[in-house]
Amino acid sequence: MAVVAQNGGRPSPAAPAAIELRGISKAFGSVQANRDIHLRVERGTIHGIIGENGAGKSTLMSILYGFYKPDSGEILVNGQPLTITDSQTAIRAGIGMVFQHFKLVQNFTVLENIILGVEDGRLLRPSLSKARGVLRRLAQEYELNVDPDETIEELSVGHQQRVEILKALYRQADILILDEPTGVLTPAEADHLFRILEGLRAEGKTIILITHKLREIMEITDTVSVMRRGEMVASVKTAETSPEQLAELMVGRKVLLNVQKAPAQPGKPILEIRNLRMVDDSGVERLRGIDLDIRAGEILGIAGVSGNGQTQLLEILGGYPEKGSTVSGEVRVNGTPLALSGAGCNAAERRRNGLGHIPEDRQAEGLIMDFAAWENVAFGYHDAPEYGRGPLMDRDAIRRDAEGKIRRFDVRPPTCDLAARNFSGGNQQKIVVAREIERNPDLLLIGQPTRGVDIGAIEFIHKRIVELRDAGKAILLVSVELDEIMSLSDRIAVMFDGRIMGERLPQNATVGDLGLLMAGVDPATAAPGDGIPPSQKHLEDLPRDH
Amino acid sequence: MDKMPKWADVILTPLISLVLAMAISALVILAIGESPMVALTTMIDGALGSSYGWGFTLYYATNFIFTGLAVMVAYHASLFNIGGEGQAAMGGLGVALVLLSLPLPHWALALPAAMIGAALFGAAWALIPAWLQARRGSHIVITTIMFNFIAAAALNYILVNLLRPTGSMDPASARFPDATHLPKLSDMALALGFEWGKNTPVNISFFVAVAACVLVWLLIWRTRLGFEIRAFGKSEPAALYAGINPVRITMIAMLVSGGLAGMMAINNVMGEAERLVLNAVEGAGFIGIAVALMGRNHPLGVFLAALLFGFLYQGGGELALWTTIPRELIIVIQALVILFTGALDNMVRMPLERMFLAMRKRGA
Repeated sequence: MAVVAQNGGRPSPAAPAAIELRGISKAFGSVQANRDIHLRVERGTIHGIIGENGAGKSTLMSILYGFYKPDSGEILVNGQPLTITDSQTAIRAGIGMVFQHFKLVQNFTVLENIILGVEDGRLLRPSLSKARGVLRRLAQEYELNVDPDETIEELSVGHQQRVEILKALYRQADILILDEPTGVLTPAEADHLFRILEGLRAEGKTIILITHKLREIMEITDTVSVMRRGEMVASVKTAETSPEQLAELMVGRKVLLNVQKAPAQPGKPILEIRNLRMVDDSGVERLRGIDLDIRAGEILGIAGVSGNGQTQLLEILGGYPEKGSTVSGEVRVNGTPLALSGAGCNAAERRRNGLGHIPEDRQAEGLIMDFAAWENVAFGYHDAPEYGRGPLMDRDAIRRDAEGKIRRFDVRPPTCDLAARNFSGGNQQKIVVAREIERNPDLLLIGQPTRGVDIGAIEFIHKRIVELRDAGKAILLVSVELDEIMSLSDRIAVMFDGRIMGERLPQNATVGDLGLLMAGVDPATAAPGDGIPPSQKHLEDLPRDH
Repeated sequence: MDKMPKWADVILTPLISLVLAMAISALVILAIGESPMVALTTMIDGALGSSYGWGFTLYYATNFIFTGLAVMVAYHASLFNIGGEGQAAMGGLGVALVLLSLPLPHWALALPAAMIGAALFGAAWALIPAWLQARRGSHIVITTIMFNFIAAAALNYILVNLLRPTGSMDPASARFPDATHLPKLSDMALALGFEWGKNTPVNISFFVAVAACVLVWLLIWRTRLGFEIRAFGKSEPAALYAGINPVRITMIAMLVSGGLAGMMAINNVMGEAERLVLNAVEGAGFIGIAVALMGRNHPLGVFLAALLFGFLYQGGGELALWTTIPRELIIVIQALVILFTGALDNMVRMPLERMFLAMRKRGA
């Protein structure tokens, strides 16, 4: 591929670049996070930076924002060399940053957050009223509407992100860096964000978008730079490239973006959920009567914006419903009813019933980050007879087992003594996946299997999930990535507000159709008779007791 | 990747902290017009210079091993048990009740019986705070420290009104039967044909403490229960995901912790005083926190830290005896050691980590 078309974007080549990096290198200990990075971002463009996890994107941006000092290299802002020692210098140079994890004071109002750190004097009132005026103007210009008097904790995630952008604009940022901005947004919110970014570009602002989602890069950027293992491997005009090409550049080899799988051969029902309801400790009904069935040899994907009850569903099935919640309804696995409360309702008992679980949050739940890889391989199964005799654990047996799993799942580095926190996100996930899949569960619960996982590992994990399905196991897949749901699932159920809005077959489903369901609109009421029969209907021909 | 080699983490860091604490202690001693060198030699001589000194150092160390292990076990379940003082005091009551009520003909029978009594009473004193934490979410730090005061008041009442022999003016129990007196290490040395540590209180409990170190190590790092305790201590959400019952682990960890603290009583109550007196624990429960901190929550570290604090206790006593340095200053020195090795650990650790990182970079 003809790479390094450095001069993307619109303005004339004579104009100085908004940002130019020359030979930036940065090492942490023996890890070279950035190696001799050259980058040119033209004024008034949206420049994407894409790369796998751990490719060095965030390090590079942290250098630009003054969090890290580069070991060598030069930074030019608007053609002027600049030594960025701290974020204050960056802000004065017109650089604004919107972090993946927002830096907002939860119980302050929008206005208070905006002026925090840039108050004009000892009294707040003048600053606040000035900010109110600026905010009104920005809201009109860029569709950045937020209620200035609302406290942050009352705002949706999308609105909180707008406050972060407003903060940067209020500090007169000309160059806006956004780190994985859409990770927490609904598709509609993401579209809105892109409209805002386009508006900003039209005003001559420069935007750097860090992401690992190829679709976003293709949709909105003018130019894109690809990072791989700390190096900048290519800078190209977006119009002249393709997702496949970018993916290949990111991982350095061809990857399959679509999962190859044979049609499902559904067998007997494994999981049967009837009228499952859950009321949390503050009295809010989070699950409002879920009915679902999954047969052997079938992947049921649950699509939906996060926060619509998927987490509660996984936790209840996994054996640990939220503290203080009340659960009712019926859940059967292989015909055996599961305890939904009381002593029998725990994850250990679920595992004995043939249930495996890859949790949504591997760092908080799936792994003990300080434990070595081999200990994490036993985690959850530490009572298994092959892992020891009586109360004692057989460390050699566990390590042998762990070494095998690490080899078969290509965990890198292949050392079982390393603590989980020292593996990259993708390799951490492989440890969890290896542990749960190799137990050969009858039913595998999977939450966000590839969140924060690089493309190479995504492909690998998807393949293993399909293999498990082909071995005749039932799989419940929850993901906020529609692509993942559509390419992996044999059936798709869409969750909204604690309910199943509808079911679709992936081959008939469109993003628009699913998007409507995810937003709580049932197209069936608009166009009756369309789509797949609701779950209840297709269940009636199943034997109920076995 | 670890920031620095293991030996630097577990040996170098506490050592530097210790030297810093000693340096500041020396300045304080200078400031009141005494000689730090004389103080240091007096302490070393008094605590380690003779078998007599060693006998006391090891006696104190035995107390601190038990209370240090107690803090350590709870810590691995992410529970900060600062009720060792009260649990050890209650352990003493357990020992006294067993030895005064059961006609035990020989120390070899009395020791296990007393150990059970001590551990049961210590564990019982940790039971209510543990239950309140596990079931009601009452913070263990608050409840255990309140239980220290309750234990002190309860023991006062029990000793004065119930256990005090009629006619005695002393708020203490009757002496334990002669048959239950534990062999002192000096007696054991004599039996082997040499003289060691004459008139020192160190007794066979020291070996029990060493055995406890090994057993606690086994429990935490080699058993399924220890795996659950450590996993729960690192992450409660992960423990729930793995099917580990938080209530069960909280209760077990606190009961083991309280039991270990209570076991201290076989050393100070059964082995030394041979009766239950008021305030028998003498702050050993709190020293246990410093011991566990300095020992980096590992039994070997706890053992070594307990020896150090045993040395400070005995050496400090000698200092008060042979020099004009006031008794209060010894508390200052001990506090400095706790401050530097426990609370100010990161002050030494972080520059060290930076140094090792820089060295590695130059090497690479």
